[in-house]
Amino acid sequence: MSVTQSTPIDFGRRVAVLRLFGERLSQRLDVRMLVVTGIVLLLAIVVAVITLASGEFQIPVPEVIGALLGQATAKVHMVVVEWRLPRTSLALIMGAALGVSGAIFQSLTRNPLGSPDIIGFDAGAYTGALVVITLLKGSFYLVAGGALFGGIVTALAVYLLAWRGGVQGFRLIIVGIGVSAMLSSLNTWMMLRADLQVAMAAAVWGVGSLNGLGLDKLWQVAVVLAVLLPLCALLSRPMRQLEMGDDAARALGVNAERTRLGLMVLGVALTAVVTATAGPIAFVALAAPQIARRLTGAAGVALLPSAAMGGLLLVVADFLAQRAFAPTQLPVGIVTVCVGGLYFAWLLMREARR
Amino acid sequence: MNKHDPNLTASAEAPARLTARNATIGYDRRIIAEGLNVSIPDRSFTVIVGPNACGKSTLLRALSRLLKPTVGEVLLDGKAILSYPARDVAKKLGLLPQTSIAPDGITVADLVARGRYPYQKLIRQWSRDDEAAVITAMAATKVDAFSHRLVDELSGGQRQRVWVAMVLAQQTPILLLDEPTTFLDIAHQIELLELLRALNRGEGQTVVAVLHDLNHACRYASHLIAMRDGRVVAEGRPGDIVTAELVEEVFGIACLVIEDPVSHTPLIVPRGGDLHPFEENFK
Repeated sequence: MSVTQSTPIDFGRRVAVLRLFGERLSQRLDVRMLVVTGIVLLLAIVVAVITLASGEFQIPVPEVIGALLGQATAKVHMVVVEWRLPRTSLALIMGAALGVSGAIFQSLTRNPLGSPDIIGFDAGAYTGALVVITLLKGSFYLVAGGALFGGIVTALAVYLLAWRGGVQGFRLIIVGIGVSAMLSSLNTWMMLRADLQVAMAAAVWGVGSLNGLGLDKLWQVAVVLAVLLPLCALLSRPMRQLEMGDDAARALGVNAERTRLGLMVLGVALTAVVTATAGPIAFVALAAPQIARRLTGAAGVALLPSAAMGGLLLVVADFLAQRAFAPTQLPVGIVTVCVGGLYFAWLLMREARR
Repeated sequence: MNKHDPNLTASAEAPARLTARNATIGYDRRIIAEGLNVSIPDRSFTVIVGPNACGKSTLLRALSRLLKPTVGEVLLDGKAILSYPARDVAKKLGLLPQTSIAPDGITVADLVARGRYPYQKLIRQWSRDDEAAVITAMAATKVDAFSHRLVDELSGGQRQRVWVAMVLAQQTPILLLDEPTTFLDIAHQIELLELLRALNRGEGQTVVAVLHDLNHACRYASHLIAMRDGRVVAEGRPGDIVTAELVEEVFGIACLVIEDPVSHTPLIVPRGGDLHPFEENFK
């Protein structure tokens, strides 16, 4: 007997039904979404392997795969697994985190412009980092802490400023843009006041970079995401219901305000992990869910394809950052801003036409 | 009234499952209605009417648990509605809000399936019951023929039927609808009201709707609640309570109440003419 069945209902898409253990496990699977997610993931892995193979020390792809399977010479193993793998893995999982974070904010605001960078988190994180870098001359972890503090305080401020007996998506975006603009001017002022050396260090942090990130950071990020991502999956069902409006969702048994607050905390936390580790990496969170949505043709934004697409985007951006002007290494944030800026312009034009 | 009266089947004497007891409801510090006592007769087609801002939608929101009364309470099966877990209420009482948003790019069947939320768990999201409920709801509202289409592409009447199907998939004995006909043309208004009547009579679902059109209310309601300024002015069978005096008291218009030649329910004909307040402005 086949595990999946068809359904007599025409959903307008191919749907497979999975029922196991009586009906204790029963799911309606969107075939196209799964296929697209699979292909995107595969592409991400292919690009990741190519990234692992390329560099000053070129390694043939079969040898890279051998090294990943633990069958390579000590030298190849060192280059691929110890030097390059942590960074590429970080790109993959941080991209996924940004993709999920963007999907959450876009679902909450019911707007393709909703994303943690737009609602002020990134600007606030930069402010926090700048304070630490310019005034306290802090270490990596102090800067990360400053960024976290700044980002979370900003997100909270935006949430409270947008509160009118509940938070409405569009108001969140408008308030976020306003607060971001204010913080950006503050950031510029702090940069101008700083010494040249310090300002340069701050500027590098401010574009977001994966340069020099190693195994220790990979573990830290992986552990945090292993906690956050399953929580997102748990909240994905009430999140979908909220897209129909608060009244409809509440009538169906969703606790609207609590779900929204939980999702915002998770969305901010996901971005915060990435920002604390690599600095603000813009536009992945904005673009990944929308690109995934167009490819899957599904209703609303979905977390799983957004995660896969985020991973692909950041791995590709990181490959370009490393190889486009080799041996000069670009910060990955520069690449995402360039590519994302084009996407953003296109999106604004499309939205304006509607 | 007339012995052809279609309302005789639904009895207003059946015990109420849903009641508001001495409920004061409002938003923030603005009180909309004070000390409301309302019972929804079981298996009735109850229609709430009244002028704009009379509190009829607010009452519906309180009855559906969306709004907590500041004083008093709403009871469902004899227990305070807010004491139930949200999901349990969602299995007994469905609500079609005034504004609902169809997510971008959602198909009809997908939207209807979202009505199954109260029955689903993370790992149990598409049982045979879910499937059967969606099929039944789509057949009852005749949206099954276009179940594959995008909701955005449908006409207003079709879209409203899809939303009703979503609430039906929730399989609740009580169904609340907030101005379900407001944005529909006359043909689709009648179509929707006929659908609600069929649900009420066929499935024995209790239907509670806020309607703007008094004649529609009189024609379809088995139990009418007329409100003004946050008070219930009259309630009962339309044939028993709707008089010219009541309409004047509730809506402030002079009118004639005659018998509807088709349904034999009260038919309200506004007078206007010499009573028209604007006439002298143009003399």
